[in-house]
Amino acid sequence: MNSLWSWWVIIGTVVSIIACVWLIVFTNRQRASKEEIVESEAHVWDEDIRELNNPLPMWWLWLFILTIIWSVGYLIYYPGLGTFSGTSEWSQEGQYDAEVAAAEARYGPIFAKYGAMEVTDLVNDPDALSIGASLFANYCSQCHGSGALGARGFPNLTDDDWLYGGSPAQIEQSIMSGRTGIMPPLGAVFASDEALNEMVSYVQAMPDGMDTSSPAHTQYMTLCIACHGADGSGMQALGAPNLTDDIWLYSSSPQQIRKTIVEGRTGAMPAHGHLIGPDRARVLAAYVYSLSQ
Amino acid sequence: MNHDKVEKNINLMAILIVIVISIGGLVEIIPLMASSDATEPYEGIKPYPPLRLAGRDIYVREGCYLCHSQQIRPFRSETERYGPYSVAGEFVYDRPFQFGSKRTGPDLARVGKRYSDEWHRIHLLGPRDVVPESNMPAYVWLEHAMLDGDLITRKLRALQILGDPYTDEDIAGAAAAVEGKTELDALIAYLQDLGTVRSAR
Repeated sequence: MNSLWSWWVIIGTVVSIIACVWLIVFTNRQRASKEEIVESEAHVWDEDIRELNNPLPMWWLWLFILTIIWSVGYLIYYPGLGTFSGTSEWSQEGQYDAEVAAAEARYGPIFAKYGAMEVTDLVNDPDALSIGASLFANYCSQCHGSGALGARGFPNLTDDDWLYGGSPAQIEQSIMSGRTGIMPPLGAVFASDEALNEMVSYVQAMPDGMDTSSPAHTQYMTLCIACHGADGSGMQALGAPNLTDDIWLYSSSPQQIRKTIVEGRTGAMPAHGHLIGPDRARVLAAYVYSLSQ
Repeated sequence: MNHDKVEKNINLMAILIVIVISIGGLVEIIPLMASSDATEPYEGIKPYPPLRLAGRDIYVREGCYLCHSQQIRPFRSETERYGPYSVAGEFVYDRPFQFGSKRTGPDLARVGKRYSDEWHRIHLLGPRDVVPESNMPAYVWLEHAMLDGDLITRKLRALQILGDPYTDEDIAGAAAAVEGKTELDALIAYLQDLGTVRSAR
């Protein structure tokens, strides 16, 4: 705010307050003495109904005067008059920074202590796990569910089946840097709808063992093997799921398997490092790790 | 001044009332219009690209602001949950701003990049598919409604007249930018970039 606008605010505010004082003085001067009742002669209806112009009750008048006194004190103590910052030097940023600094002084050492501990030790610390549960509710539950059971397309974190690995370090990396898993669309690869259906049935039956007699098996060995492996056990470096374990990210229905093959899938876990920092990520990793132990 | 005069002349009274109630606005609002904090874009804030602008208008049309605010106040309780508090310069291209006044759902000022595009897709079409506790309505029609290239071109031109720094090339390319996109795509594009210029802890 430049000085022109500063003076604009100051003059507008001060003149308004002075006008309020003037109004009280002016209306008070209207009555001649305390005892006299002032009648407004012009206001007579129905012959005898008269509007009287009595003075304000004293308690009411004093409320006006007190608000004026209050406003003067307020404008001296707090910022309000243009660029004048008030004798208290208060600002909302300052109050926020003080609040954050106080919290940091109180909670910073706790998180620093946890950040220096190993996940395998943190899982035995009930306080750390309780903090981790709160962090999970805020940052993770929207996708993975409040009970960490996941949803279609969002992995269950309690079943010890991991797309990107379940070691403490791998979990922490997933939280800090995020993950992106891409299943390419392969619909165009299949010569016929029948061939596609063969593949869907083949994949659906993989948890019961790979049917090497199926024509789809040959295609699997050329098309899918690079990511999902010759034995169908997947590859954690790419986030390619194990297809033999009967745990399905997008459900085991033929429709969903077909959709996955034809249209592909993109599974993205956003990075959280810049949101929570390494210490909280360690606590969160411990909580997630504890869910499947 | 005799107050009989004011009481008996409604026009004079009206003028005096307008003067009195204008003073608050003159003192509190007008200086903000001249303040660079409120009128200059925050570093990194740019006019909405066509797809995001279309998404913003869908956000307004569907009344998202009735349940979601877009303003993080400078309290630690809010910044811990949502991210850095909002500043005025982030909203200079919002006409009108979407601060909202009620949080039936969470604040969305920093929702950009917090969830995947796929999550938003599933969540907008059926919120309970990903958040079983949610009471948000499903917006299934967004998936099939297509965007209108002519309309978005006209909107950009209107905003250019109002002073938003769109170039003539921006306007010429607007229809192509929304070609073949659904309202769902637009809304997700809008949400995924909300508040990302000030997201770090």
